[in-house]
Amino acid sequence: MSEAAAIPRAAPLRARPVRATTEPAAVRWLLIGAALGFLGLFLVVPLVAVFLQAVQGGLRLYWASITEPAARAAIRLTLWTALIAVPVNTVFGVAAAWAIAKFEFRGKQVLTTLIDLPFSVSPVVSGLVFVLLFGRNGWLGPWLEAHHLRIIFAVPGIVLATLFVTFPFVARELIPLMQAQGTEEEEAARVLGAGGWQIFWRVTLPNIKWGLLYGIILANGRAMGEFGAVSVVSGHIRGHTNTMPLHVEILYNEYNVTAAFAVASLLAMLALVTLALKSVLQWKVARDLAAATAQSSKGPRP
Amino acid sequence: MSIEVRHITKTFGEFTALRDVSLTVGTGELVALLGPSGSGKTTLLRIIAGLEEPDPGSGPIRFHDEDVADRSVASRQVGFVFQHYALFRHMSVFENVAFGLRVRPRRLRPSRTSIKRRVLRLLKLVQLETFAHRYPHQLSGGQRQRVALARALAIEPKVLLLDEPFGALDAKVRKELRQWLRRLHEDLHITSVFVTHDQDEALELADRVVVMNEGRIEQIGTPDEVFHHPATEFVTTFLGQVNFFRGRVENGKLHFAALTWDAPEHAHAPAQPVRVFVRPYDLEVTTCRNGAPCFSARVDRVHSAGPNVRLDLLAETGERLSVELSQERYRASRIAPGSQVFVTPRDVKVFRDS
Repeated sequence: MSEAAAIPRAAPLRARPVRATTEPAAVRWLLIGAALGFLGLFLVVPLVAVFLQAVQGGLRLYWASITEPAARAAIRLTLWTALIAVPVNTVFGVAAAWAIAKFEFRGKQVLTTLIDLPFSVSPVVSGLVFVLLFGRNGWLGPWLEAHHLRIIFAVPGIVLATLFVTFPFVARELIPLMQAQGTEEEEAARVLGAGGWQIFWRVTLPNIKWGLLYGIILANGRAMGEFGAVSVVSGHIRGHTNTMPLHVEILYNEYNVTAAFAVASLLAMLALVTLALKSVLQWKVARDLAAATAQSSKGPRP
Repeated sequence: MSIEVRHITKTFGEFTALRDVSLTVGTGELVALLGPSGSGKTTLLRIIAGLEEPDPGSGPIRFHDEDVADRSVASRQVGFVFQHYALFRHMSVFENVAFGLRVRPRRLRPSRTSIKRRVLRLLKLVQLETFAHRYPHQLSGGQRQRVALARALAIEPKVLLLDEPFGALDAKVRKELRQWLRRLHEDLHITSVFVTHDQDEALELADRVVVMNEGRIEQIGTPDEVFHHPATEFVTTFLGQVNFFRGRVENGKLHFAALTWDAPEHAHAPAQPVRVFVRPYDLEVTTCRNGAPCFSARVDRVHSAGPNVRLDLLAETGERLSVELSQERYRASRIAPGSQVFVTPRDVKVFRDS
């Protein structure tokens, strides 16, 4: 009798706890399935297709496609552009974020909005702006021509356009982090006798390092992958002003599909590496941000 | 090292944080800046440290007779403990304390070994020698507080400034740290100023208390002076509970709550309305008239849990009063809710109607 009574009472304990906030299993699987299906169709399949197409003609052809002189020049130019644009925008981004997050000044709101401008303007339009400024018929065109300087349809134009489109990444990433961290640590360092640079290197930079790296990774991904703005200012001179994305386009338009996909696969790999680094860094930044919020919300300032 | 500030005014946009404040802190003194939120106490502390600049036209800020108003924060050599400690979150406890020594210019920087020796000595002083390699997020609030103090002391400051040093701690840790800080001050004897909104903290810890309100200093005095002889109505009401009556002085007599009270100090004052304050323990309560001037009241509630018994009374003239008496007196008096009592004040504070 006692055994019989014990069994039905024990049974619900063994069953999986039913959470009050969960959806029925069918709905859950339907939603998850839809999300995964969409992801597969629009992300995984194209990515796999890129790599398959790239090696379709065999590895020998793949290797030849990415080592032929025009491809090598395109890779070199892309690397150089990123090598210039990313550090410049890193310095600018840190300076802008520092100014916006740690100081009060007139026009702060305007600066914050301006930093976002490249995100809201179509890259093609940004490219056209540079053509309007520096092109042969542009405002500064005649002066540049008189001094034998070429910006449009030359490497400087490509670097400028890339600088412009990658300009918000670092600043945008750092501003919320620095704002959450506040200025108390910097003040503490100041009272302890540290100078401006010492405060920056020893206190501010270590506190933002993961956010900064995250911003740099994003800026780099964009700098190497940018098509629109660069396309407008480049002039597509093979071996001279072609970056990797432009090179891919030219090859594709010439029905050289295998070579196009071979170069494209390099960009796709870059994207994957960026994505992997991004998720690791995102986690670290979220941790810093949570720590900063926890530390500053311990009590109200009088 | 004494601190002297003269005629300091500070405005933030429309808001005036300090209005013509002057203050002198003697060498080795421990002074509390006490006031409610927005009274300007933190601003005054930050101005002494050099973290804020007073408005143009303000007077000098002197450390030991030397004007430091134009000197940078770094060169003032003050120890500052921030309200939320502001420990460097990516540095260990050891590195936090060593920071002030490490950032010195090379010719003034102590050697590695002497930095280590000094940091360990300070960590021993704040009883955290075993925590040198921990990070701030691995410490409790009280431990962080002590790290912040050790870090401030590492640069051998001439003055120590503490902004709400116990503000973010729970009540028990607060009391322990308070006594600990008092002993530490007695050992080191460094001129110290701390900000607090907690009157108990100020009265227990400080040699002198500066009571501030709306950017002005209301009174400066020893804890005894400000508590027993408050100079203004604000100080009276801010330092502990008070009962309030409207009254009137006339010909050296004070009239309030159906009472007449001799007030010789107002003998020559013109007849005028006044505001009268009486502390809960300055009201004597009896169940029958004993000849002393008194007014009658009804007992509303009795709170007997605690070291003293607190009574809520309703006076015959309509004021609600709070009275404190000892447990023994309460038991002897047979006072119960609803009973009628007679109230005699022992001491009153009178301020003119403003």
